[in-house]
Amino acid sequence: MSIRTDRLDAGYGKQPLIKGVTLFAGQETVLTLIGPNGSGKSTVLKSITKQLKKMGGAVYLDGRDMETLKGAQIAKKMSIVMTEPLRTEFMSCRDVVSSGRYPYTGRLGILSAGDWEAVDSALEIVGAKEISYRDFMKISDGQRQRVMLARAICQDTGALILDEPVSFLDMKYKLDILGNIRKMAHERKLSVILSLHELDLARMVSDVVACVDGEKIERIGMPEEIFEGDYIQSLYGVEADSFDPVLGSMYLPGAKGVPKVFVIGGGGSGIPSYYHLQRKNISFAAGALCENDLEYSAAKALAAEVVSVPAFHPVGDRQVERGKLLIDKCAGCLCPLGNFGPVNIKNRELLEYARKAGKLRHCIEDVL
Amino acid sequence: MRRYVISFGAIFALLTGLIMWNVGSGSVEFAPGELIEILSGGGAEGTARRIIWDIRLPRIIAAVFLGGSLSVSGYLLQSFFGNPIAGPYVLGISSGAKLSVALTMIFLLERGIQIGSFGMIAAAFAGSLVSMGFILVISVRVGKMPLLIVCGIMIGYICSAVTDFCITFADDSDIVNLHNWSMGSFSGMNWGNVRIIIAVVCTAVILTFFLSKPIGAYRMGEAYAANLGVNVRGLRVSLILLSSLLSACVTAFAGPISFVGIAVPHLVKTMTGTAKPALLIPGCFLCGGALTLFCDGMARTAFAPTELSISSVTAVFLAPVVIGMMLKR
Repeated sequence: MSIRTDRLDAGYGKQPLIKGVTLFAGQETVLTLIGPNGSGKSTVLKSITKQLKKMGGAVYLDGRDMETLKGAQIAKKMSIVMTEPLRTEFMSCRDVVSSGRYPYTGRLGILSAGDWEAVDSALEIVGAKEISYRDFMKISDGQRQRVMLARAICQDTGALILDEPVSFLDMKYKLDILGNIRKMAHERKLSVILSLHELDLARMVSDVVACVDGEKIERIGMPEEIFEGDYIQSLYGVEADSFDPVLGSMYLPGAKGVPKVFVIGGGGSGIPSYYHLQRKNISFAAGALCENDLEYSAAKALAAEVVSVPAFHPVGDRQVERGKLLIDKCAGCLCPLGNFGPVNIKNRELLEYARKAGKLRHCIEDVL
Repeated sequence: MRRYVISFGAIFALLTGLIMWNVGSGSVEFAPGELIEILSGGGAEGTARRIIWDIRLPRIIAAVFLGGSLSVSGYLLQSFFGNPIAGPYVLGISSGAKLSVALTMIFLLERGIQIGSFGMIAAAFAGSLVSMGFILVISVRVGKMPLLIVCGIMIGYICSAVTDFCITFADDSDIVNLHNWSMGSFSGMNWGNVRIIIAVVCTAVILTFFLSKPIGAYRMGEAYAANLGVNVRGLRVSLILLSSLLSACVTAFAGPISFVGIAVPHLVKTMTGTAKPALLIPGCFLCGGALTLFCDGMARTAFAPTELSISSVTAVFLAPVVIGMMLKR
C-alpha cells in the first residue's frame, strides 16, 4: 500500500490555500505533517480523504487515482481518525469500533463472527478490551481516541490518515496512541499520514516529516534533516533560542538587560534556577557552560549572557575572567552546580571568587 | 439480545392489548366474548358488526400505521440533524403539510372538485418538502441546533396561523369540516383510506429499513460515514424524502399530531438500550403505533361522547417524556 499526492491543491471556497502538495508515504512509512496553526495540515489531510473537494492535482492510493475509485473501494483501502471527539448515543465502544467493518458487511450491515473477531482484536491491540461494553460517551478522551484508532484498525485498510490524533490527550495517551501507530505501521505494513503539533513526538514517530507553512509544503525530509538548526523555529515563527530542536524543549523569553544574578550551573543543575529567574523576570548571566551541555540551550534562551566554552573543551582562564567580571557586576551569585570534574574544575574558581566577594547566596529570594 | 426480545415482546403485547381495548370500548361497549365472535365473522346483528368493522377497525389500523409512520419519520429527522428533539411537528414540517393540504382543499372545493386520498398525500408531501426546504436553508445558515428548533417552531406557528385564517374565512360547509381535521383526529377513517395508508406507509418504512446500514454509519458523522463508503448526499436526500413522505401521509389523513415523532424514538432507545437502526426502525414503528392507538383510545373515551383532538392527548402523555429526556442530557 502507498499513498501519493501529485501537485495537490487544497483549500476551502474558490482559492486554494495550499498548492502543489506532492507527498509519498510508502509501505511501513509514517509521514507526519507539521506546521503552525492554520497552516493547512488539516486541509491537506481532508483533501486526501475526500472530505474536501480537491482543487487540483491528484491523489493515488496504491498507485490508482482516487478519482477512479468508488467510495466502497476507498473504504477498504483507507481509514481515518479525526481530532474532533465523536458524539454518540447508546453506542458501546464495541459498537463504535464495529462500524469499521461497514465495508465488509452485507445490505443490512450485520457483522459475521469473523467481523466481530476483527473488532475484538482491534480493541485488544489498542488496549481497550476492558472497556468494550462501556458507553462510548462515558469514557475519557484518551480512551475514546484509543477506540477510534481501534475502529480504523478493524477497517483493515493499508492506508491510515489521522488528523491530530493526540491533540487533546495527556502524556500517557499521547505515547500510547503514537506507540500503537508506530507498531501498526510496522506489523501491518501500513502507510500512515498524520498531522501533529507535538514536535518532540513527531520526531520519534515519523519516517518522513513534511512541513506546511500556509502556502505549500515548505520542506520535506527525514526527521533528523528537519529538526536541525533554526529551521523549525523559523517555520513556526519563533525566536531561534525559544526552541531546542535536539531536546524538543520550548522556552519562554527570559529577561534581558544588565544581569543581576550570576548562575554557576552545568549538566542540567542550573535549569530550575533559570526557570525561576525567568518567572521572576530577573535578568541573569550563566556560565561557564560547554556548548554541548545539557542546559546550554536553556541558558542561551533565558540568560542575558552565557559564558560559553566550545563543545567538549574544559573551562579555560578566559571564561573564568569573563565570569569574574560578571560576578562583579551582579548583586548575587547562585551555584546549583555540585559536581566538579576535569572539564569544569575551573568553575570552582568562580564559586570561590563569589564566596570571597560575599555574593554567594543559597536561593533566589536571598539575592533580592 | 435478551433485552431486544423482551422489549419487542412487550411492545407486541401492548399493541395487541390496546387493539382489543380500542375495538371493545367506545359509545357502544362490547364484552370480550362478543368481540371475538364478531371479529371471527360470526353472529350478532348488523349495527354491532358495522360499528366494529366499518368504524372502529379502520380507525384502529389507521392510528397504528400513522403513529408508526410518525415515529419513523421522527427517527429519520433525528438521525439527519443529529438532534434528539427533532421531529416532524417540532420542525414545522407537519404544519407545512397541513397548510398545503388546507389550501389545496379550499382551492379545489371552491371549484366543486372533490380531492382524493392521493391528492391529499401529494399536497401534504409538497407542503412538507417546502417546510423542510426552509429548515435546511436555516440549518446551513445557523448551524446551531437549538436555533434550528426555534426556527422550526416559528415556521410551524406561521403555517398554523395561515391555515386557521383560511379556514375561518372559508364558509363552505365542507371546509368547516377542515377545522376538525386541522386539529388532528383519526375519526371518520374508512377502508379506502386505510388501504392507501397501509400501501404508502409500508413502502416508505420498508425502504427506510433497507437504509438502516448507511443510517447506522451516518450516526458517527458525515466524515466517518463517507470514509466508510456511504454516499452521504444520496443518503441525506433519501432521509429527507422518506421522512417528509411519512409525516405527509399522517398529516393528509389525520392532521398534525404532536410529540409522537420526538418521544417514541427516545422511548425505544431507552427501552432496548441501543441505537442500531435495524432494530430501532421496526421498534419505533411498533411502539409509535401502540402509543398513538393508546392516545386515540383516550381521545375517544376519556370524555365521551365529546372527542378530544389527538394532539392534546399525545401532548399530555408524551411531552413529559421529552422533558425527561432533555433533563437527562
